[in-house]
Amino acid sequence: MDFLIASSTEDLCELLAEDPTRQLLAGGTDFMVEVNFRHRDVSGVIAIDRIEDLKQWRHDGDSVLIGSCVTYREIERGPLSTLIPALAQSARTIGSPQIRNTGTIGGNLATASPAGDMIPVLLALGALVNIRSKSGTRQLQVDELITGVKTNSLQEDEFIESVRVPVLRGPQEFLKVGPRNAMVISVTSLAMVTDIDKEYIGIALGSVSASPCRSKEAEYFISENIDWNNMTVQSGAIENFERLIRESANPIDDHRSSSAYRTHTIGVLGRRALFRIFRLEN
Amino acid sequence: MGNAQESNQYELTVNDSRYVISGAWLGESLLYVLRERLGLYGSKNACEQGECGSCSVMMDDVLVCSCLVLAANAEGREIKTIESVADGSQLSDVQEAFIDTGAIQCGFCTPGLLVTIHDFLASNPEPEESEIKEAISGNLCRCTGYGRIVEAVQLVSIRRSERDT
Repeated sequence: MDFLIASSTEDLCELLAEDPTRQLLAGGTDFMVEVNFRHRDVSGVIAIDRIEDLKQWRHDGDSVLIGSCVTYREIERGPLSTLIPALAQSARTIGSPQIRNTGTIGGNLATASPAGDMIPVLLALGALVNIRSKSGTRQLQVDELITGVKTNSLQEDEFIESVRVPVLRGPQEFLKVGPRNAMVISVTSLAMVTDIDKEYIGIALGSVSASPCRSKEAEYFISENIDWNNMTVQSGAIENFERLIRESANPIDDHRSSSAYRTHTIGVLGRRALFRIFRLEN
Repeated sequence: MGNAQESNQYELTVNDSRYVISGAWLGESLLYVLRERLGLYGSKNACEQGECGSCSVMMDDVLVCSCLVLAANAEGREIKTIESVADGSQLSDVQEAFIDTGAIQCGFCTPGLLVTIHDFLASNPEPEESEIKEAISGNLCRCTGYGRIVEAVQLVSIRRSERDT
Protein backbone atom coordinates (compact mmCIF):
# COMPACT_ATOMS: atom_id res chain seq x y z
CA MET A 1 0.00 0.00 0.00
CA ASP A 2 1.26 3.44 -0.78
CA PHE A 3 0.15 6.38 1.30
CA LEU A 4 0.30 10.00 0.26
CA ILE A 5 -0.67 13.24 1.93
CA ALA A 6 -2.04 15.82 -0.50
CA SER A 7 -0.99 19.35 0.38
CA SER A 8 -3.23 21.31 -2.00
CA THR A 9 -6.09 20.77 -4.43
CA GLU A 10 -3.64 21.08 -7.34
CA ASP A 11 -1.48 18.43 -5.75
CA LEU A 12 -4.54 16.21 -5.31
CA CYS A 13 -5.50 16.63 -8.99
CA GLU A 14 -2.00 15.49 -9.99
CA LEU A 15 -1.92 12.53 -7.62
CA LEU A 16 -5.30 11.30 -8.90
CA ALA A 17 -4.35 11.85 -12.55
CA GLU A 18 -1.18 9.84 -11.97
CA ASP A 19 -3.09 6.89 -10.49
CA PRO A 20 -6.88 7.20 -10.43
CA THR A 21 -7.26 4.01 -8.38
CA ARG A 22 -5.97 5.78 -5.30
CA GLN A 23 -8.64 6.14 -2.65
CA LEU A 24 -9.33 9.34 -0.75
CA LEU A 25 -9.18 9.50 3.03
CA ALA A 26 -10.97 12.47 4.62
CA GLY A 27 -12.28 12.08 8.21
CA GLY A 28 -11.87 8.31 8.14
CA THR A 29 -15.03 7.58 10.09
CA ASP A 30 -16.34 5.18 7.44
CA PHE A 31 -13.07 4.44 5.62
CA MET A 32 -11.13 3.24 8.66
CA VAL A 33 -13.94 0.97 9.84
CA GLU A 34 -13.71 -0.83 6.52
CA VAL A 35 -9.90 -0.96 6.74
CA ASN A 36 -10.01 -2.24 10.33
CA PHE A 37 -12.40 -5.02 9.38
CA ARG A 38 -10.53 -5.76 6.14
CA HIS A 39 -13.60 -4.93 4.10
CA ARG A 40 -11.73 -2.42 1.99
CA ASP A 41 -8.87 -3.26 -0.30
CA VAL A 42 -6.37 -0.46 0.08
CA SER A 43 -3.49 -0.34 -2.35
CA GLY A 44 -3.12 3.41 -2.56
CA VAL A 45 -4.50 6.07 -0.26
CA ILE A 46 -4.35 9.86 -0.43
CA ALA A 47 -5.13 11.76 2.75
CA ILE A 48 -6.96 14.99 1.89
CA ASP A 49 -7.62 16.28 5.40
CA ARG A 50 -4.66 18.69 5.41
CA ILE A 51 -5.70 20.61 2.30
CA GLU A 52 -6.44 24.06 3.68
CA ASP A 53 -8.75 25.05 0.80
CA LEU A 54 -11.01 22.09 1.51
CA LYS A 55 -11.29 22.98 5.20
CA GLN A 56 -12.61 26.49 4.60
CA TRP A 57 -16.10 27.84 4.16
CA ARG A 58 -17.33 31.27 3.23
CA HIS A 59 -20.63 33.11 3.11
CA ASP A 60 -21.11 35.01 -0.11
CA GLY A 61 -24.41 36.63 -0.92
CA ASP A 62 -27.28 34.22 -0.75
CA SER A 63 -25.30 31.02 -0.24
CA VAL A 64 -22.41 29.48 1.61
CA LEU A 65 -19.58 27.61 -0.07
CA ILE A 66 -18.46 24.79 2.22
CA GLY A 67 -15.19 22.99 1.54
CA SER A 68 -15.56 19.22 1.40
CA CYS A 69 -13.34 18.67 4.45
CA VAL A 70 -15.32 20.94 6.75
CA THR A 71 -16.27 18.77 9.73
CA TYR A 72 -19.67 18.04 11.24
CA ARG A 73 -18.42 19.76 14.37
CA GLU A 74 -17.82 23.01 12.53
CA ILE A 75 -21.24 22.88 10.91
CA GLU A 76 -22.92 21.94 14.20
CA ARG A 77 -21.61 25.00 16.03
CA GLY A 78 -20.52 28.49 15.13
CA PRO A 79 -21.83 30.73 12.34
CA LEU A 80 -22.84 27.92 9.96
CA SER A 81 -25.41 26.71 12.48
CA THR A 82 -27.38 29.94 12.16
CA LEU A 83 -26.95 30.22 8.39
CA ILE A 84 -28.09 26.63 7.70
CA PRO A 85 -29.85 25.47 10.88
CA ALA A 86 -31.17 22.18 9.49
CA LEU A 87 -27.69 21.17 8.37
CA ALA A 88 -26.43 21.92 11.88
CA GLN A 89 -29.27 19.89 13.39
CA SER A 90 -28.38 16.95 11.16
CA ALA A 91 -24.68 17.31 12.02
CA ARG A 92 -25.48 17.20 15.71
CA THR A 93 -27.28 13.86 15.34
CA ILE A 94 -24.32 12.17 13.69
CA GLY A 95 -22.26 9.75 15.81
CA SER A 96 -20.51 11.19 18.83
CA PRO A 97 -18.35 14.24 19.54
CA GLN A 98 -15.35 12.16 18.48
CA ILE A 99 -16.97 11.27 15.15
CA ARG A 100 -18.19 14.82 14.53
CA ASN A 101 -14.70 16.18 15.16
CA THR A 102 -13.37 14.31 12.13
CA GLY A 103 -16.25 13.34 9.81
CA THR A 104 -16.77 15.70 6.88
CA ILE A 105 -19.59 16.95 4.67
CA GLY A 106 -17.73 15.71 1.59
CA GLY A 107 -17.37 12.28 3.14
CA ASN A 108 -21.08 12.16 3.96
CA LEU A 109 -21.89 12.87 0.30
CA ALA A 110 -19.27 10.62 -1.29
CA THR A 111 -20.12 7.68 0.98
CA ALA A 112 -23.69 8.07 -0.30
CA SER A 113 -25.31 6.01 2.42
CA PRO A 114 -29.12 5.86 2.31
CA ALA A 115 -28.84 7.00 5.95
CA GLY A 116 -26.34 9.81 5.31
CA ASP A 117 -27.81 12.42 7.62
CA MET A 118 -26.74 15.55 5.78
CA ILE A 119 -28.06 14.38 2.44
CA PRO A 120 -31.81 15.04 2.98
CA VAL A 121 -30.98 18.58 4.15
CA LEU A 122 -28.77 19.28 1.14
CA LEU A 123 -31.48 17.87 -1.17
CA ALA A 124 -34.22 19.97 0.40
CA LEU A 125 -32.09 23.10 0.13
CA GLY A 126 -31.14 22.40 -3.50
CA ALA A 127 -27.41 22.36 -2.76
CA LEU A 128 -24.91 21.95 -5.59
CA VAL A 129 -21.75 19.86 -5.41
CA ASN A 130 -18.54 21.13 -7.01
CA ILE A 131 -16.49 18.32 -8.50
CA ARG A 132 -12.92 18.68 -9.63
CA SER A 133 -10.19 16.77 -11.41
CA LYS A 134 -7.06 17.63 -13.36
CA SER A 135 -9.19 17.96 -16.49
CA GLY A 136 -11.56 20.52 -15.01
CA THR A 137 -14.53 21.17 -12.80
CA ARG A 138 -18.23 20.37 -12.97
CA GLN A 139 -21.24 20.95 -10.81
CA LEU A 140 -23.85 18.36 -9.88
CA GLN A 141 -27.14 18.36 -8.02
CA VAL A 142 -27.00 16.10 -4.97
CA ASP A 143 -29.32 13.56 -6.63
CA GLU A 144 -27.04 13.48 -9.68
CA LEU A 145 -24.04 12.75 -7.47
CA ILE A 146 -25.68 9.96 -5.48
CA THR A 147 -26.66 7.10 -7.75
CA GLY A 148 -27.66 4.36 -5.31
CA VAL A 149 -26.77 2.60 -2.08
CA LYS A 150 -23.22 3.76 -1.37
CA THR A 151 -22.53 4.57 -5.02
CA ASN A 152 -21.81 7.92 -6.60
CA SER A 153 -21.22 9.28 -10.07
CA LEU A 154 -17.69 10.55 -9.43
CA GLN A 155 -15.12 9.49 -12.01
CA GLU A 156 -12.07 7.77 -10.54
CA ASP A 157 -9.87 10.84 -10.87
CA GLU A 158 -12.46 13.27 -9.49
CA PHE A 159 -13.00 14.57 -5.98
CA ILE A 160 -15.60 16.73 -4.24
CA GLU A 161 -14.11 20.16 -3.77
CA SER A 162 -17.00 22.00 -2.12
CA VAL A 163 -20.74 22.21 -1.64
CA ARG A 164 -22.73 25.33 -2.51
CA VAL A 165 -25.62 25.62 -0.04
CA PRO A 166 -28.34 28.27 -0.42
CA VAL A 167 -29.01 30.42 2.64
CA LEU A 168 -32.77 30.74 2.96
CA ARG A 169 -34.84 33.09 5.09
CA GLY A 170 -37.29 30.89 6.97
CA PRO A 171 -37.50 28.11 9.56
CA GLN A 172 -35.83 24.75 8.93
CA GLU A 173 -36.03 21.37 10.65
CA PHE A 174 -34.13 18.12 10.58
CA LEU A 175 -35.69 15.21 12.44
CA LYS A 176 -34.42 11.69 12.91
CA VAL A 177 -35.68 8.47 14.44
CA GLY A 178 -33.28 6.00 16.01
CA PRO A 179 -33.03 3.69 18.99
CA ARG A 180 -31.26 6.32 21.08
CA ASN A 181 -30.29 9.98 20.99
CA ALA A 182 -26.60 9.55 20.22
CA MET A 183 -24.35 7.24 18.26
CA VAL A 184 -27.14 6.15 16.03
CA ILE A 185 -27.63 5.53 12.35
CA SER A 186 -31.03 6.83 11.40
CA VAL A 187 -34.02 4.53 11.04
CA THR A 188 -35.73 7.37 9.22
CA SER A 189 -34.92 11.05 8.84
CA LEU A 190 -36.58 14.07 7.31
CA ALA A 191 -35.50 17.58 6.40
CA MET A 192 -37.94 20.44 5.89
CA VAL A 193 -36.75 23.88 4.83
CA THR A 194 -38.64 27.04 3.95
CA ASP A 195 -37.98 30.25 2.09
CA ILE A 196 -40.49 32.88 3.16
CA ASP A 197 -39.52 35.30 0.38
CA LYS A 198 -39.94 32.74 -2.40
CA GLU A 199 -42.77 30.93 -0.60
CA TYR A 200 -40.83 27.69 -1.01
CA ILE A 201 -40.98 24.54 1.05
CA GLY A 202 -38.45 21.76 0.47
CA ILE A 203 -38.86 18.30 1.98
CA ALA A 204 -36.48 15.35 1.70
CA LEU A 205 -36.42 11.93 3.31
CA GLY A 206 -33.57 9.73 4.52
CA SER A 207 -33.27 5.98 5.14
CA VAL A 208 -36.52 5.16 3.36
CA SER A 209 -35.16 4.48 -0.14
CA ALA A 210 -31.92 3.46 -1.86
CA SER A 211 -30.88 7.11 -1.77
CA PRO A 212 -32.32 10.02 0.19
CA CYS A 213 -35.05 11.61 -1.92
CA ARG A 214 -37.25 14.69 -2.23
CA SER A 215 -40.95 14.34 -1.57
CA LYS A 216 -42.15 16.63 -4.34
CA GLU A 217 -45.78 15.50 -4.19
CA ALA A 218 -45.96 16.46 -0.53
CA GLU A 219 -44.17 19.76 -1.27
CA TYR A 220 -46.63 20.72 -4.03
CA PHE A 221 -49.67 19.69 -2.05
CA ILE A 222 -48.77 21.45 1.18
CA SER A 223 -47.65 24.62 -0.65
CA GLU A 224 -51.29 25.06 -1.66
CA ASN A 225 -52.33 24.93 1.97
CA ILE A 226 -49.82 27.32 3.51
CA ASP A 227 -50.51 30.96 4.34
CA TRP A 228 -47.01 32.42 4.13
CA ASN A 229 -47.97 35.77 5.62
CA ASN A 230 -49.15 34.18 8.85
CA MET A 231 -46.99 31.04 8.67
CA THR A 232 -50.03 28.83 9.10
CA VAL A 233 -51.13 25.59 7.49
CA GLN A 234 -54.68 24.35 6.91
CA SER A 235 -55.53 21.69 9.48
CA GLY A 236 -57.63 19.81 6.93
CA ALA A 237 -54.53 19.22 4.80
CA ILE A 238 -52.46 17.40 7.40
CA GLU A 239 -53.79 13.90 6.89
CA ASN A 240 -53.27 13.97 3.15
CA PHE A 241 -49.84 15.55 3.59
CA GLU A 242 -48.77 12.75 5.86
CA ARG A 243 -50.07 10.18 3.39
CA LEU A 244 -48.11 11.80 0.54
CA ILE A 245 -44.94 11.74 2.64
CA ARG A 246 -45.45 8.04 3.36
CA GLU A 247 -46.11 7.34 -0.31
CA SER A 248 -42.84 8.94 -1.39
CA ALA A 249 -40.98 6.48 0.81
CA ASN A 250 -39.90 3.11 -0.48
CA PRO A 251 -38.32 1.51 2.57
CA ILE A 252 -36.90 -1.96 3.08
CA ASP A 253 -36.81 -4.37 6.01
CA ASP A 254 -33.32 -4.71 7.39
CA HIS A 255 -31.42 -5.23 10.64
CA ARG A 256 -32.09 -1.63 11.66
CA SER A 257 -35.85 -1.51 11.23
CA SER A 258 -38.86 -2.89 9.45
CA SER A 259 -40.32 -1.34 6.35
CA ALA A 260 -43.65 -0.84 8.16
CA TYR A 261 -42.05 1.07 11.02
CA ARG A 262 -40.09 3.24 8.62
CA THR A 263 -43.25 4.04 6.66
CA HIS A 264 -45.08 4.95 9.86
CA THR A 265 -42.32 7.09 11.33
CA ILE A 266 -41.54 9.02 8.15
CA GLY A 267 -45.16 10.25 8.17
CA VAL A 268 -44.88 11.22 11.83
CA LEU A 269 -41.65 13.13 11.14
CA GLY A 270 -43.33 14.98 8.26
CA ARG A 271 -46.22 16.09 10.44
CA ARG A 272 -43.95 16.99 13.34
CA ALA A 273 -41.66 19.12 11.18
CA LEU A 274 -44.67 20.87 9.68
CA PHE A 275 -46.07 21.64 13.15
CA ARG A 276 -42.75 23.01 14.31
CA ILE A 277 -42.59 25.42 11.39
CA PHE A 278 -46.25 26.40 10.87
CA ARG A 279 -49.16 27.08 13.17
CA LEU A 280 -52.36 25.18 12.55
CA GLU A 281 -55.30 27.03 11.03
CA ASN A 282 -58.80 25.57 11.24
CA MET B 1 5.47 14.33 -6.12
CA GLY B 2 5.20 17.97 -5.19
CA ASN B 3 4.63 18.46 -1.52
CA ALA B 4 3.03 15.12 -0.98
CA GLN B 5 5.06 12.55 0.77
CA GLU B 6 5.27 8.87 0.03
CA SER B 7 6.43 7.02 3.05
CA ASN B 8 7.20 3.48 4.00
CA GLN B 9 8.35 4.89 7.28
CA TYR B 10 6.76 7.55 9.39
CA GLU B 11 7.25 9.33 12.64
CA LEU B 12 4.74 9.82 15.44
CA THR B 13 4.81 12.31 18.28
CA VAL B 14 3.02 10.77 21.24
CA ASN B 15 2.97 12.45 24.67
CA ASP B 16 5.89 14.62 23.55
CA SER B 17 8.03 11.61 22.61
CA ARG B 18 8.98 10.83 19.04
CA TYR B 19 8.76 7.35 17.61
CA VAL B 20 9.83 6.07 14.20
CA ILE B 21 7.50 3.43 12.79
CA SER B 22 9.09 1.39 10.03
CA GLY B 23 8.34 -1.84 8.25
CA ALA B 24 4.70 -1.63 9.25
CA TRP B 25 1.64 -2.04 7.05
CA LEU B 26 0.47 1.47 6.24
CA GLY B 27 -3.19 0.54 6.82
CA GLU B 28 -2.72 0.22 10.57
CA SER B 29 -4.88 2.40 12.79
CA LEU B 30 -3.34 4.73 15.32
CA LEU B 31 -4.91 2.63 18.08
CA TYR B 32 -3.16 -0.50 16.80
CA VAL B 33 0.18 1.26 16.58
CA LEU B 34 -0.17 2.83 20.04
CA ARG B 35 -0.91 -0.52 21.64
CA GLU B 36 0.93 -3.10 19.59
CA ARG B 37 3.99 -1.17 18.42
CA LEU B 38 4.53 1.45 21.11
CA GLY B 39 3.31 -0.53 24.11
CA LEU B 40 0.88 2.18 25.20
CA TYR B 41 -1.93 -0.03 26.44
CA GLY B 42 -3.99 2.68 28.15
CA SER B 43 -6.10 3.35 25.05
CA LYS B 44 -8.46 0.38 24.88
CA ASN B 45 -9.45 -1.61 21.84
CA ALA B 46 -13.08 -2.68 21.86
CA CYS B 47 -15.09 -1.95 18.74
CA GLU B 48 -12.62 -0.68 16.10
CA GLN B 49 -15.46 1.25 14.51
CA GLY B 50 -15.71 4.47 16.49
CA GLU B 51 -18.77 3.33 18.44
CA CYS B 52 -17.40 2.93 21.95
CA GLY B 53 -14.89 5.74 22.53
CA SER B 54 -12.61 3.57 24.66
CA CYS B 55 -9.68 4.45 22.37
CA SER B 56 -10.22 8.24 22.61
CA VAL B 57 -7.06 10.34 22.30
CA MET B 58 -6.29 13.96 21.52
CA MET B 59 -4.79 14.70 18.10
CA ASP B 60 -3.66 18.31 17.67
CA ASP B 61 -5.98 19.18 20.57
CA VAL B 62 -8.99 17.54 18.93
CA LEU B 63 -10.74 14.58 20.57
CA VAL B 64 -10.77 11.59 18.19
CA CYS B 65 -11.20 7.84 18.22
CA SER B 66 -7.70 6.53 17.56
CA CYS B 67 -9.16 3.45 15.85
CA LEU B 68 -10.47 5.74 13.10
CA VAL B 69 -7.15 7.50 12.50
CA LEU B 70 -4.76 6.04 9.96
CA ALA B 71 -1.52 5.96 11.97
CA ALA B 72 0.60 7.07 9.01
CA ASN B 73 -1.65 10.11 8.67
CA ALA B 74 -0.90 11.12 12.27
CA GLU B 75 2.64 12.06 11.27
CA GLY B 76 3.37 15.67 12.11
CA ARG B 77 0.51 15.82 14.61
CA GLU B 78 0.65 15.96 18.39
CA ILE B 79 -0.91 12.87 19.92
CA LYS B 80 -1.82 12.87 23.60
CA THR B 81 -3.05 9.63 25.15
CA ILE B 82 -4.41 8.65 28.57
CA GLU B 83 -0.80 8.02 29.62
CA SER B 84 -0.28 11.80 29.62
CA VAL B 85 -3.22 12.59 31.89
CA ALA B 86 -1.55 11.90 35.25
CA ASP B 87 1.64 13.70 36.20
CA GLY B 88 3.75 10.76 37.27
CA SER B 89 2.01 9.27 40.29
CA GLN B 90 0.02 12.48 40.78
CA LEU B 91 -3.45 11.77 39.43
CA SER B 92 -5.37 14.45 37.54
CA ASP B 93 -8.39 16.06 39.17
CA VAL B 94 -10.72 14.10 36.89
CA GLN B 95 -9.07 10.84 37.90
CA GLU B 96 -9.39 11.79 41.58
CA ALA B 97 -13.05 12.63 41.09
CA PHE B 98 -13.68 9.26 39.43
CA ILE B 99 -12.27 7.56 42.53
CA ASP B 100 -14.15 9.82 44.95
CA THR B 101 -17.52 9.29 43.28
CA GLY B 102 -17.02 5.61 42.49
CA ALA B 103 -17.36 6.22 38.77
CA ILE B 104 -15.37 3.11 37.92
CA GLN B 105 -16.50 -0.49 37.89
CA CYS B 106 -14.67 -2.76 35.42
CA GLY B 107 -12.57 0.21 34.28
CA PHE B 108 -12.39 -0.64 30.60
CA CYS B 109 -14.13 2.55 29.45
CA THR B 110 -12.35 4.74 32.01
CA PRO B 111 -9.29 5.84 29.97
CA GLY B 112 -11.45 7.00 27.07
CA LEU B 113 -13.85 8.78 29.40
CA LEU B 114 -11.01 10.55 31.20
CA VAL B 115 -9.54 11.86 27.94
CA THR B 116 -13.01 12.95 26.80
CA ILE B 117 -13.88 14.68 30.07
CA HIS B 118 -10.58 16.55 30.27
CA ASP B 119 -11.24 17.86 26.76
CA PHE B 120 -14.88 18.71 27.52
CA LEU B 121 -14.22 20.61 30.76
CA ALA B 122 -11.47 22.63 29.11
CA SER B 123 -14.05 24.20 26.80
CA ASN B 124 -17.07 24.02 29.12
CA PRO B 125 -15.97 24.46 32.77
CA GLU B 126 -19.49 24.70 34.25
CA PRO B 127 -21.64 22.33 32.24
CA GLU B 128 -25.30 21.46 32.62
CA GLU B 129 -26.11 17.80 33.17
CA SER B 130 -27.53 17.51 29.65
CA GLU B 131 -24.30 18.91 28.22
CA ILE B 132 -22.27 16.36 30.17
CA LYS B 133 -24.41 13.55 28.81
CA GLU B 134 -24.00 14.79 25.25
CA ALA B 135 -20.23 15.18 25.73
CA ILE B 136 -19.80 11.58 26.91
CA SER B 137 -22.33 10.13 24.48
CA GLY B 138 -19.51 8.61 22.42
CA ASN B 139 -18.04 6.74 25.37
CA LEU B 140 -19.87 3.52 26.15
CA CYS B 141 -19.89 2.22 29.72
CA ARG B 142 -21.71 -1.05 30.31
CA CYS B 143 -21.29 -1.16 34.11
CA THR B 144 -22.03 2.10 35.85
CA GLY B 145 -25.19 3.40 34.23
CA TYR B 146 -23.31 6.71 33.88
CA GLY B 147 -24.81 8.31 37.01
CA ARG B 148 -21.55 8.40 38.95
CA ILE B 149 -19.60 9.42 35.87
CA VAL B 150 -21.84 12.46 35.51
CA GLU B 151 -21.36 13.12 39.25
CA ALA B 152 -17.60 12.94 38.80
CA VAL B 153 -17.70 15.59 36.06
CA GLN B 154 -19.85 17.82 38.28
CA LEU B 155 -17.44 17.31 41.19
CA VAL B 156 -14.46 18.37 39.07
CA SER B 157 -16.38 21.42 37.91
CA ILE B 158 -17.16 22.42 41.53
CA ARG B 159 -13.63 21.76 42.77
CA ARG B 160 -12.09 23.78 39.94
CA SER B 161 -14.36 26.75 40.55
CA GLU B 162 -13.63 26.59 44.32
CA ARG B 163 -9.90 26.40 43.60
CA ASP B 164 -10.08 29.39 41.27
CA THR B 165 -11.98 31.67 43.65
